Amino acid sequence: MRTNGILRVIARFLIPLIMLFALYIQFHGEYSPGGGFQAGVVFAAAWILFALIYGLDAALEVIPERAQFVLACLGVLLYCFVGLLGVILGGRFLDFYPLLDSPHAAQQTGIVAVEFGVGVTVAACAMLFFTFFARRKRELDAAQAGDGD
Amino acid sequence: MAWLGHFNYWVVVILMMIGFYAVIARGNMVKKIMGLNLFQTSVFIMFISAGKIIGGSTPVLREGVTVYSNPLPHVLILTAIVVGVATTAVGLALAVRILEAYGTIEDDELIDPAEQSPDETQPGMSSGKGDSSA
Amino acid sequence: MTVAVAVVRVRDLFSAAMLFAIYSLLSAGLFAVLDAGDVALTEAAVGAGISTILFLAVLTLAGREERPARGKNRLALAVVVVTGACLIYAAGDLPDFGEADNPVQVHVAPYYIEQTYADMGIPNMVAAVLAGYRSIDTMGEAFVILTAGLGVVALLSVPPRRRRRGQKPTKSEDDS
Repeated sequence: MRTNGILRVIARFLIPLIMLFALYIQFHGEYSPGGGFQAGVVFAAAWILFALIYGLDAALEVIPERAQFVLACLGVLLYCFVGLLGVILGGRFLDFYPLLDSPHAAQQTGIVAVEFGVGVTVAACAMLFFTFFARRKRELDAAQAGDGD
Repeated sequence: MAWLGHFNYWVVVILMMIGFYAVIARGNMVKKIMGLNLFQTSVFIMFISAGKIIGGSTPVLREGVTVYSNPLPHVLILTAIVVGVATTAVGLALAVRILEAYGTIEDDELIDPAEQSPDETQPGMSSGKGDSSA
Repeated sequence: MTVAVAVVRVRDLFSAAMLFAIYSLLSAGLFAVLDAGDVALTEAAVGAGISTILFLAVLTLAGREERPARGKNRLALAVVVVTGACLIYAAGDLPDFGEADNPVQVHVAPYYIEQTYADMGIPNMVAAVLAGYRSIDTMGEAFVILTAGLGVVALLSVPPRRRRRGQKPTKSEDDS
């Protein structure tokens, strides 16, 4: 699809907007419907659109598979770290009150951090799904062709 | 009218049964996984419709709204949707591996390979799935 | 419902995937009408986005047509009809749709609706419950997503083994 002019122009216009919208949903999850899951999926959708139009190899240069894997684990680790931070600072696991002084600010900070961790994990995992499924066809053809079928 | 109040549950049950039929009556694995997703979505509709209050509105605090719909089913269903896509992804990965190991994702061909000709597992007809052009 | 029946009956799997995306979008619209903003956003993004992409990716590998069912599957239809009838009969005991004094509305929900701003200071009650009051469930869900990612990686990181047509599939010995 790289050669299709209309798709390229539209994609070049839309992909940054979609990523920006994903960040908007992520951080405005407290004030309007949104939050971590939606933002992660929309961000992954932007990356998948890039992969569909410019090819999987180009997309894997932007966010390589190793990075997707590491980000997925880091998101969950961030979540657990915030929880343990509550324990270290004197409360219970995932208790947000000990994090800051004012209870409202502490809860909001905790919620933003936790949702960010979830968003990163969901985005990375959705990208991982697409990467592995989309490569399978190529590997299958290579396996069959390489043995003179 | 007592029956009109249960209309949403009927819709849910009908969708659920359509998904259930796809899972048990269709042989193709991708179709079965689609049926499973239909089933899941019908359960989501049931929970969300159970949490709605007529005259209420979206559970985001704002000016001018007095009655809010119940936020608790929304939370449960958010989790359920994401878990559903995780299950679908793993199911499809399994289907891909089955396809590569056996050459087909139709389960009647998987159960009874002995129905095929005895010295090869893939006669030409049923191998039209992935190897030859569809 | 028509879309759901079409998803089941259509033999061309590509059309079935597209109809599945339409079904997801329609149910997202239904969620939006039922005042579930977060859920509608998630269902639209996940159902019409990620699920459809994954189905299409498997279709490029598996072939586009489904094998036609041999004869009418009457037993399955009978099981489905009987189960549906039992469920509709059981649904007669459930409370009416949308009443404000349903049991589901009076136990925990008023606490969340009244106390969210006082406890957390954020307007979105769903996010407050999801990440504040019930954080551990969301942590479990993040773990489920990660496990699914690991499962897909584990299943699909093995390169496909060559199979010449007409040969028995070799039992794969464990290669990494």
